[in-house]
Amino acid sequence: MRKRLHAVHFWQAMATIWQREITRYRRDRTRIVSTIVQPVMFLVVFGSGFRQILASGLGMDFLAFMYPGTIAMTIMGVAFFSTVSTVWDREFGFLKEVLVAPIPRTAIALGKTIGAATIASVQALILLALAPVIGVELHVARIPLLILYMLMLSLAVSGLGLLIASRMKTTESFGIVVQILIFPMFFLSGAFFPLTAAPRWMVILSNLNPLTYSVDALRQIVLRGDIPQDVADKIFLYPLPVDGLFLLGFSTLMVLAAVIAFNKKN
Amino acid sequence: MLLGKSLLPPSPSRRHTLVICRSSALDQAVDIIEVKGLAKRFGALIAVDHVSFAVTKGEIFGFLGPNGAGKSTTISMLATILTPSGGDATISGFSIRRQRDAVRRSIGMVFQDPSLDNRLTAEENLRFHARLYGVPKADYRRRMEEVLRLVDLWDRRRDIVETFSGGMKRRLEIARGLIHYPDVLFLDEPTIGLDPHTRALLWDYILRLKHDRAMTIFMTTHYMDEAEYCDRIAIMDRGKIVALDTPANLKKQLGGDIIRIESSQKDVLKKELEQRYGQPVREEGNVLQFETADGAKFLPRLFQEVQARIDAVELRKPTLDDVFLSLTGRKIRREEAAEKTPQHGTSRGRPQDQEQARGEP
Repeated sequence: MRKRLHAVHFWQAMATIWQREITRYRRDRTRIVSTIVQPVMFLVVFGSGFRQILASGLGMDFLAFMYPGTIAMTIMGVAFFSTVSTVWDREFGFLKEVLVAPIPRTAIALGKTIGAATIASVQALILLALAPVIGVELHVARIPLLILYMLMLSLAVSGLGLLIASRMKTTESFGIVVQILIFPMFFLSGAFFPLTAAPRWMVILSNLNPLTYSVDALRQIVLRGDIPQDVADKIFLYPLPVDGLFLLGFSTLMVLAAVIAFNKKN
Repeated sequence: MLLGKSLLPPSPSRRHTLVICRSSALDQAVDIIEVKGLAKRFGALIAVDHVSFAVTKGEIFGFLGPNGAGKSTTISMLATILTPSGGDATISGFSIRRQRDAVRRSIGMVFQDPSLDNRLTAEENLRFHARLYGVPKADYRRRMEEVLRLVDLWDRRRDIVETFSGGMKRRLEIARGLIHYPDVLFLDEPTIGLDPHTRALLWDYILRLKHDRAMTIFMTTHYMDEAEYCDRIAIMDRGKIVALDTPANLKKQLGGDIIRIESSQKDVLKKELEQRYGQPVREEGNVLQFETADGAKFLPRLFQEVQARIDAVELRKPTLDDVFLSLTGRKIRREEAAEKTPQHGTSRGRPQDQEQARGEP
């Protein structure tokens, strides 16, 4: 009886932490709008700009090539940005209220991670819904698989975010560390240019980058069958299940590390 | 299971029964907090030096002392935020070392610094808290209304906390600390950074809690006038409890009234006073000060008998500040004694806070 009560309480605590993250997100209109506008502008400006130059070399529409990468970038940005809430809570004193509650630290860390992952996924879904407006063809049947991979990346980055946030005292230092991570992760992910032709050191680094696997997976799901086989061979990196396994492993590792770091720090 | 009990009247839960059996006393004489040899050190600094005391159910127990005396460190250990370096304490019979979650469920905590989510509404802050403390869904609404009405915030429940004044936030924090029906409410410097009017109002709420609900309240303060509201106070200095009694008894120890004399012949007067009345006289700048049993009767004698020049005389009842002075030889702190009305929240960042800031979360 006591044990069951404890377990119920664990889930309830986690859900409560999660729900607060979502409430705060819903209330922050600026944040919602800006994280939608940014990738759309990115696609429209960059995509259309590069479309003419790169069209011949790539063998396919550059906008369609870049679209999955933009989704992955949005997920990464939003997930990182959402885990900053842990640092905020510390700065504004709210973390004390959470830490003195009779709940396990692990429930707090998981609630925070899943909260950030949810927010990132929702933003990505909005971007997905905007595909026809931007001018990208998307088959409805492929959306469930797309969402599955989006979720895995959201969790992976949120875990990494909380891992960093657990160790940071101020929002500024968190911002700096994340900024340092975001750019190399993005550029080494193949979101912009195919990694099949990249130099060796770049390939090695990109092999460790979760974004690489995510961009690769999202791209395969969106484009498969719609582009010529020779182009597909040039830009697709791994079989879809390999991408999935890496993402699953990486997100598990990150969430675990984040939970441990959070427990240790607090 | 432990969460179903109500604030008023305090229904005898299993925990209370346990405590009652052990101390074999009547309900009102139960020690709800028992502290034995509690200690905390931060490196070489001994912040709390093996203190022992007990808090009786239903009383307002105050910790009085200057910043850095170890008040917040003690309260943090009792609230299981800090792990003690030595000793132990029980709250409602639960050990703060071994039964942390049970202790956490038994206490409500209002921190020294704000700890609300400013972007949520008052009600959302309460709901968050109630869920984390396992308040049954069926009871939540009734309790939420009850605690919000208690602190007069019911009409503002749908407002975002960001729009609240400092005093309202404090009241909301008190309401939040009560919604899980704790046995003890901890208030760490509850009125710091508030203006005098708001402080007085806040005290109305705190006293109402005691009278209407028989709530046990454990608080720290460095305001002498606030300590007067407490049923009993422990005076803390440099990590030790130097006195523990009711404010009236503590002041009685000083032996009646305090006489302060201003004189241009201070040294002559001091010698004369000490010889004539066999009483130690303290010097404080231009002023001589000593205690006497019945000041009103003593003054005429003073004027008749004393030869040295007297420029001004003040007769007053002793304050806790005088008690502290006589116990430690120091004022609680000159600048704090003068600082009766803290102007704004930044008073928390005073330099003397800094030395302790590392240790006190």
